[in-house]
Amino acid sequence: MRETTPREDLIRGIWKENPVLVQLLGLCPALAVTNTVPNAIAMGLATFFVLTGSSLLVSLFKNWIPSEVRISAYILIIATFVTIADLVLAAVVPLIHKELGAFIALIVVNCMILGRQEAFASKRPVGRSLLDAVGTGTGFMIAMLMMGTFREVLGSGSIMGYSVLGENFEPWIVMILPPGGFLTLGFILLAFGWWKERQTETIRVRQWPHGVASGEEVA
Amino acid sequence: MKDLPTVPADAGGDSPASPSNQVAPGKLMATLGIAGALAGLVIVLVFEWADPQIQAHRAAALRAAVLEVLSEPVSYQSLYVTPSGLSATAPEGVDTVTAEKVFLGFDEAGDPVGYAVTGAEPGFQDFIHLIFGYDPAGGTLLGMLVLESKETPGLGDKIFKDMNFVDEFRGAETPIVGVKQGRATGAADEIDMITGATISSRTVIEIINHRVEALGADLEEHAATSPRAPARPEPVPVDGAAEADPVDVTAEGGEEGS
Repeated sequence: MRETTPREDLIRGIWKENPVLVQLLGLCPALAVTNTVPNAIAMGLATFFVLTGSSLLVSLFKNWIPSEVRISAYILIIATFVTIADLVLAAVVPLIHKELGAFIALIVVNCMILGRQEAFASKRPVGRSLLDAVGTGTGFMIAMLMMGTFREVLGSGSIMGYSVLGENFEPWIVMILPPGGFLTLGFILLAFGWWKERQTETIRVRQWPHGVASGEEVA
Repeated sequence: MKDLPTVPADAGGDSPASPSNQVAPGKLMATLGIAGALAGLVIVLVFEWADPQIQAHRAAALRAAVLEVLSEPVSYQSLYVTPSGLSATAPEGVDTVTAEKVFLGFDEAGDPVGYAVTGAEPGFQDFIHLIFGYDPAGGTLLGMLVLESKETPGLGDKIFKDMNFVDEFRGAETPIVGVKQGRATGAADEIDMITGATISSRTVIEIINHRVEALGADLEEHAATSPRAPARPEPVPVDGAAEADPVDVTAEGGEEGS
């Protein structure tokens, strides 16, 4: 595997390998609590905090954690940060904490977070792991915001509680219900896939402007 | 990818999987034990910081709810529900936070305006927690407020978003009866149920009826003693028993009811 640059570590998770839109990780919160923008932001921030904190500690202590118990140790570290996030949210923003409910505790089992520890933080220096966590956390946040905005605008006619579609708009209740989460994710993945395919196509046309006989070429 | 930096590589060029590279079980347990202890310590520290604020939020939410269903009384007092009736002091050996309580509101003259009673029963999705104001003299309701519910957005959540429904409880006579929309005859005990949210609205009605059934006699008995607003906690309560309550609107308020 090619060694990556610090810049790549940071950028990669934000868009090209976005955890939700490309790797399809962390879908449970992305489907469950994106019914409004504030909920999406709170969940994104909580996940960002847990991911960055866990990556820092895992990377810091990687030489002390025997590989036989590494998964248990990672889960322990992640669960500690989740509990902290849970308590802080309850103390600072009780209303949002009530809305998010069990999904804060469920950050523990967000495979995106454990995945970054196992695949990256447990093998890289602290600085790189932090860059990777910040990039991945930001990418998760972007995906949550996209879904939250789409669903709140159509489901409630508002953004952050401020009406944007006017009085006469009849909210599509389904968008703030669970099916709306699946629909939104489906549409966003569709658009994302279409965009990526178009990009690949552009590269191919640039490389073989006169076309090729068979489909064997790889862009 | 195995990563065993803690174990010094033994001489003899053994493969990573060889037994000499295995970590002693004691070390594994120690690692997790120490990590667990540290994690516990951190969580306790954060909890120590967060808990007072979480309790304050709960108390504030409950206080606001009590004030709302009793139409803004000047003060209120927590009363513990005991087998022998309502008591202003907590029974022996009962946790004052989790004990079952009702709240008696007083007007400016110190006269009682009604009791706020909490209740919870399973609705369509999950438990519906609510609080309602009750006047034992006429057996009428003073107001209803849903404290917690996960009812379906757009349908079941009308039990607290549809103000027509919520306002119907003010002045209704118990036991209340739910009627389908358009079938109301105008009787004082009728509540128009919400179309599309039959289960949720019926649950609200049932919670109130069940709670009035269970506590109505106690409340009537207590009201018959013509309670007066306890004096505001002036310098120091002389009587040792009075130190926890009287609860006052401006003072500590009260804790989570149920």
